Amino acid sequence: MSLRGETAVVGVGLTEFNGMPGHTHMEIMATAIDRAIADAGIKKDEIDGIFSANFVEMLTPLTVAEYLGINPTYMDGTNTGGSVFVNSMQSAAAALSLGLCNVALICYGSNSATGPFTHPPAMHTVEDVYRPRNPITPYALAANRHMHEFGTTKEQLAEVAVSARAWAQLNPAATMRDPLTVEDVVNARMIVDPLGKFDCCLISDGGAAMIMVRKDRARDFPKQPVYMLGVGSRTDHNLISCMPDLTTTAAKEAAAAAFAMAGVTPADIDVVELYDAFTINTILFLEDMGFCKKGEGGAFVSNGNIAPGGSLPVNTNGGGLSCVHPGMYGMFLMIEAVQQLRGECGERQVDNAKLAACNGSGGFLASQVSAIFGTGETL
Amino acid sequence: MLELPAYTEHLKEGILAEHQKNNNESIENPGPLQTYEENLSRGEFRIQQCKDCGQHVFYPRLLCHHCGSNLLKWVAVSGRGTVYSTAVVRQRPEKGGDYNISLIDLEEGPRLMSRVVDVDPDEVTIGMAVSAHVGMIDDKPAVLFYNKEQGDKEW
Repeated sequence: MSLRGETAVVGVGLTEFNGMPGHTHMEIMATAIDRAIADAGIKKDEIDGIFSANFVEMLTPLTVAEYLGINPTYMDGTNTGGSVFVNSMQSAAAALSLGLCNVALICYGSNSATGPFTHPPAMHTVEDVYRPRNPITPYALAANRHMHEFGTTKEQLAEVAVSARAWAQLNPAATMRDPLTVEDVVNARMIVDPLGKFDCCLISDGGAAMIMVRKDRARDFPKQPVYMLGVGSRTDHNLISCMPDLTTTAAKEAAAAAFAMAGVTPADIDVVELYDAFTINTILFLEDMGFCKKGEGGAFVSNGNIAPGGSLPVNTNGGGLSCVHPGMYGMFLMIEAVQQLRGECGERQVDNAKLAACNGSGGFLASQVSAIFGTGETL
Repeated sequence: MLELPAYTEHLKEGILAEHQKNNNESIENPGPLQTYEENLSRGEFRIQQCKDCGQHVFYPRLLCHHCGSNLLKWVAVSGRGTVYSTAVVRQRPEKGGDYNISLIDLEEGPRLMSRVVDVDPDEVTIGMAVSAHVGMIDDKPAVLFYNKEQGDKEW
């Protein structure tokens, strides 16, 4: 069976992105869950599937179940890095479709900005001794290779940050809303060349939660359902030295699978949400997903083409670069897609948005999970 | 390295003794990663080659990631390589200053992370020919690369 249109998002919840100092990651997550439950108009006891991961604890789904006082039939704590929530959405769609659970909760919370910024112990690898300053260096290596092969410029990388900021200026919830120019980005302090301060995502707090059900119940909730039309997940390395080609990510295959399942093409998409941990990401994913040809991403993002008023609205909340990035951003890009398709986005709303494409990225450009969402009329 | 609490030490010793008693000749101890690092500490840069498919393997593994074979042997390498990509990690002078991080394609095929250390970090370029030496970073042995000192080296 295909998962196309079998499940729908019926509730979403976001926290303020920097308004909860003194809260644990679970408390921030609980705030988002509370809002998603209210948005879906359900009771917490209806939730019987939990999909959750972060990088401060191993047993997150257990913590969430205990915190909510529920005894779920399906738990998934898979961790693929920042892409995981799009990956979880695939697992939730499968579990719902097989009847392993009936109401799936995907959730995340982080106090990266105001709490202790901790990571679990990492596996010892042959790269440790070089002190590569992860996660920034792998992206700098990818950016440099892209510049070498295709003539991509620092100004073109900067266009990604400037476009994200322009969207953030239309989003009252976004963290960074001051004006930003290409000159500001190019002249900013270098962190790992060729990436400077504004080529890197921000560090914020934030929680997000999403509720999914099967299509047979999707119209029983207060909000317009947003259907999962396609999803694809691929991974081609973990260490950056093991990435086969630094200018082509596994999003190429992940997106091809997602578009094939959905039965649509990039030309049909109204709004795009990509995991922009660094400016090079947006260029790589636009190319790999087929919104432009390989090597032409730098030109594609220039002249405001992905900014408000451009030909393709990309990262309409302001992205990880300007809106929110609490360590694992994948949850937030899906929620922005859902809210765009519901028509709830105020000043930044893309007119008549019916189809949204997302791509979550995990590890160092390693795990790529693409998803296509659509309104009821796209079924 | 996993730190076990002291009260589990006798359990660990018992497990090691059991392993020695049932010594399986197909298992070589230590494992590939530790063997690699022990070779480096003797100044030897060795990688693995698959006895079945003939391809070189890095980082060190128990299984060939090309064909799945478990028959890997340690071999010397030419040390010649090419910079695949490069970056400059910016760091305050009092902390040691900027340094280079590069991905190097070895002549034998594998790609590894390293540093090119005999030119300024921002003068390392993609495509640059480099050769390997075993040096030290933070008192730990590491394969480093030089641009100027070209030529074969015996490992």
